[in-house]
Amino acid sequence: MNHIAPGRNAGVYSYDDIDRRFVAERVEQFRAQVERRLSGELTEDEFKPLRLMNGLYLQLHAYMLRIAVPYGVLTARQLRKLAEIGRKYDKGYGHFTTRQNLQFNWIKLEDTPAILHELAEVDMHALQTSGNCVRNVTTDQFVGAARDEVVDGRVYAEILRQWTTLHPEFTFLPRKFKIAIMGSDADRAAIRVHDVGVFAKRNERGEVGFTFYVGGGLGRSPFIGKLIRDWVPEEDFVAYLEAILRVYNQYGRRDNIYKARIKILVHELGQEKFTQEVEEEFARLRGPKYRLAPEVVDEIRRRFGGPAYETLTDEPESFQAAKAANPDFARWVAVNVLAHKVPGYAAATISLKPAGGIPGDATSEQMELIADLADAHSFGELRVSHAQNLVLAHVRQDELFTLWTALEANGLGTPNAGLIGDIIACPGLDYCALANARSIPLAQAISARFADPARQQTIGELGIKISGCINACGHHHVGAIGILGVDKKGEEFYQITVGGDPTLTTAIGDILGPAVTADETVDAIEAIVEVYLSNRHDGERFIDTLKRVGHGPFKERVYAAH
Amino acid sequence: MALNDKSKNEAVLKTITANRLRDGEVIFLAPGPDLGWVERLDEAALFEDADAAETALAAAKAQAEGERFAVDVYAFDLRVTDGRRVPVKTRERIRALGPTVRIDLGKQAAA
Ligand code: HEM
Ligand code: SF4
Repeated sequence: MNHIAPGRNAGVYSYDDIDRRFVAERVEQFRAQVERRLSGELTEDEFKPLRLMNGLYLQLHAYMLRIAVPYGVLTARQLRKLAEIGRKYDKGYGHFTTRQNLQFNWIKLEDTPAILHELAEVDMHALQTSGNCVRNVTTDQFVGAARDEVVDGRVYAEILRQWTTLHPEFTFLPRKFKIAIMGSDADRAAIRVHDVGVFAKRNERGEVGFTFYVGGGLGRSPFIGKLIRDWVPEEDFVAYLEAILRVYNQYGRRDNIYKARIKILVHELGQEKFTQEVEEEFARLRGPKYRLAPEVVDEIRRRFGGPAYETLTDEPESFQAAKAANPDFARWVAVNVLAHKVPGYAAATISLKPAGGIPGDATSEQMELIADLADAHSFGELRVSHAQNLVLAHVRQDELFTLWTALEANGLGTPNAGLIGDIIACPGLDYCALANARSIPLAQAISARFADPARQQTIGELGIKISGCINACGHHHVGAIGILGVDKKGEEFYQITVGGDPTLTTAIGDILGPAVTADETVDAIEAIVEVYLSNRHDGERFIDTLKRVGHGPFKERVYAAH
Repeated sequence: MALNDKSKNEAVLKTITANRLRDGEVIFLAPGPDLGWVERLDEAALFEDADAAETALAAAKAQAEGERFAVDVYAFDLRVTDGRRVPVKTRERIRALGPTVRIDLGKQAAA
C-alpha cells in the first residue's frame, strides 16, 4: 500500500492507511453533500460552508477549486495527477498561488467529488484551503535543500498539519489562520506577514527551538508580526502554538470581520499584554499531553525519507564547460540556481513567469514535462514557491545543462527568479469575484516591457507584486514595488507603493502618489527603475537606493507629466 | 485596455444573471414569461424599466433556489452600443465573455 518508496520520492511525507482512510471518508462525505444539494435537500446557504470546507469557491466564470500542497512539496506523481485533472475537468491548465496551493478555475460542482476522489488516490486533498481554520502551513521552497538551512521546517509543518486538520477547537476560529515556518537565517517565506511566523533554529548544544512572531498580515490593515518569544524548546512547539490559538479563539473578535484577524487582537491588546496571555495559557497547557516527544519528531522525519545523494564535488568540469560555452545557460544558473547543502547538487527554480505570460499558470503539458524532469533529475520531488514558481530542489550540477535545455525548449527556462520579471500577481478581475481591477494584464505588460534578460539582471533584485483588491493576495504591501488595483467610478486604476520588503527586514510599502491608469502604471514602473539606476551606488539593491535617496526623486519623475 | 468604454450616451438597461448550480456556468435570464435561461448575453432579456427588472429578479431568484438551478442571481446594468450589448462594469463584461487574458477561454472562445 505504501506506494511512495522512500529515497526515490525524496523528502515527501508518505501517508499511511489511517491518513488515506481519513481523506477517503471526507471525499465520500462531500459526495453525499453534493448529492443532497443537487436534489434540493440542502439550500445554498446550508451548502456553501460545506463546499468551502472542501476548497470549492464560486468565482466569476465557474467554481474554483483550491487544492492544498502542504508546505509546497509535491511528488512527480502528484503533479501528473494535477495535470490530468486540469485536462479532464478544467481547461488544460492550473494556477499556482502565493500560498503554495494550486487553483483550478473552471470546475463543475457535479465533477468535484470525482476530482477529490482522484486527488485522494495520490494522497492529496482540498481540506482547509478555505474557511476559518488553520490554512496550509507555508514554508521555504528550498526546505531540506538550502545550504543555509539549520533545521528542516517540513517536519514541523507536517506536525502542524496533522495536529490542526479538523481539530475541533480550531475549525471555527474567528477568522482564517495562516502559519509560515522557516529553518534558515534567511526569510524566503514572508514570515512576518503571517498570523504566526516561526523560525526554527538550534542552540549551542544543537537542540531545536523556535522563535515566534505573531500578528502579521496583509489585507485591509497590514501589520508586521511581533516577536513574542525568542526560544520555545522543541518539546513545547505544539503547546505554545496551542496557547496562541486559544488566546486568539477566546479574545479574537467575531462581531466584525474586518477586526477578526489575530493581527488586530495583538495590536489592540498590545504586544506585552498579548504575550503575557499566551505565556499564562502556555503555563497551564505545558505537560505530558502537549509534549512533542523526540520519538514523534523522529518518526515524522523518517516518513519523509531522504534523497539518496551521491558523493560529488561542487562545480564539476562538465558544468563549468557548459556555462563557458553557453552564456544563456550561465545566466540562468546565475539567476535561477541556488547552492545546495550537499556538494555537487543545486536547487533550480523553474520560472512560471515568461515575459508577457500569466504569473503562476502552468498548462497540463508543462506540468507533465516538469513531473518527468523531477523524476529524471530531482528524486521525483518538486516544490511550489510563494512567488508562484516551481522548484527542483536536488539537481546534480552536472545535469543542470540537460535540465535547462529541456526547460528552455518548452518556454520554462526564463532566467528571472527574484528579478523584475518575476512578478507576483493575484488572479484579479479576470477571475476573482472580489476584485476591483485586473492584475494579470498589468503583470504581462510590465514583464513584456522588461523582457530583456540582460537588462533584468542589470537591474537586479526587485520584486513587483500586484493585487486586484485590498485583500492583498498578491502581497503588494511587501513588494519593493507594489501595485494595488482600485475602482474609481467603474474604471480600473492602480495605486503604486514602494519600499515593501517580505524578508527578515520586513517593511510595508508607502504609497507613492495618486492612482494611475494601467498604461500609466507600466510607464511609472519604467520611470522608477530609471531613477533607481541613475542614483544607485555600487551593489545597491533597489530598496537600498530608495532608503538612501527617499521617495522624492521617484515621485517627481513618476508624476512629472501630471 | 479598451474594456473601459466611456460612451455614456445610450440608455442603461438591466439584465439578470446567475451561475448555474451544477456546473457554475454563467447564465442569463431569457426573454419571455417562462423564466428560461440562456448562456449568451446576446440572447438575454433586457429590461428598460427598473420595476420590471425587480419583479423579474424576484421571480428568477425564487425559481433558481426552488428548482435548485442557479446561485448568485442578480441584475446588472448594460448599454447597447452600435448594436452590441456592453455591460457597464468591467466585471460583468468579463463574466459575459471570459478572462481578458485568455481569449481562447470562456464564452468569447466560441463566438
Ligand atoms: C480568486 C479567489 C480568491 C478569493 C475569493 C480570495 C479571498 C481573499 C480574502 C477575502 C482575503 C482577505 C482576508 C483577510 O486578510 O482578512 C485574502 C487574502 C489573501 N489571499 Fe486570497 N483570495 C483568492 C485568491 C487568492 C490567490 C490566487 C492567492 C495566491 C495567489 C491568495 C492568497 C492570499 C493571500 C496571500 C492573502 C493575504 C492575506 C494576509 O496575509 O492576511 N488568494 N484572500
Ligand atoms: S487580492 Fe483581491 S482580487 Fe486579488 S485574488 Fe485576492 S481577493 Fe481576489
